[in-house]
Amino acid sequence: MDKLLLDLKKQIITQLNLQDIQPEDIGDDQPLFIEGLGLDSIDALELIVLLQQSYKIKLSNADEGPKVFRSVKTMAEYITAHQAQNA
Amino acid sequence: MLINKYITASCIIRKNAVYKNAEKIFENKEAAVAAFLHSIYQHQQIKYPKFYKMDNLSKLGWLATEILLTDNFKKDNYAPEDIGVVFANASASLDTDVKYYETAKDIASPALFVYTLPNIVIGEICIRHQFKGENAFFINEKFDAEFIEQYVTNLINNNILQACICGWVELLNEEYTAVLFLVEKEAAAGQAFFTSENIIKIYQLANG
Repeated sequence: MDKLLLDLKKQIITQLNLQDIQPEDIGDDQPLFIEGLGLDSIDALELIVLLQQSYKIKLSNADEGPKVFRSVKTMAEYITAHQAQNA
Repeated sequence: MLINKYITASCIIRKNAVYKNAEKIFENKEAAVAAFLHSIYQHQQIKYPKFYKMDNLSKLGWLATEILLTDNFKKDNYAPEDIGVVFANASASLDTDVKYYETAKDIASPALFVYTLPNIVIGEICIRHQFKGENAFFINEKFDAEFIEQYVTNLINNNILQACICGWVELLNEEYTAVLFLVEKEAAAGQAFFTSENIIKIYQLANG
């Protein structure tokens, strides 16, 4: 899980062009939107693309979005659960 | 009603150099366009994380506006609705359109898609400075000083705007030019009238 968390942080920084931020600046439980990293709705779409491109996971239910993208940890848990399901 | 209008500031970004009121303030000779724009951002010591998300055209127009307004512009003298932005260029958002088209072959990038209109440059500037006045982005084959003069003059003479940021913001691949003017009704001593002749004089500095 630790490696996945670090990979995700690096991927989020690259995908969203967060050039002033280092992986260690992003807390595992830190909210990604609004009061946390301050991401916006376009960033949310980029995170969906990130899941699809890097982890072959297509978010089929839009209602899941806020829960899945709440933090890096919730993203990692979603990826892990999805990979276990498809193992 | 005829109202005197003045060019109270100008900014030129071209060929790896930045000029404020005709004086060179920054140069980074070897850098390609993306690195050059980033070096201006760092030189200006601005903290605005959204800058990194912008496409190159928006970065160019946004940076030129930042420099144009620094030290000169008394924003508090105006209501947000009184300040407008009128730009023109030749290539619209083609630089980003091509990049977006490339991503669309796999999974289209939402972050690039939002920059596939040239007037997004104006949006970025208005978000930054909270401007809410009239704005327009025109596509012309080449810089047309008379058109810019007439359009902005009309906005100010008809009391639609009290101040306007206007000019040329062009970028395609590694070629780029920004020539911006701040137009106001009040000027300090020695500042030029907002006429097509004076616009051309400043524009020629960028192309000299």
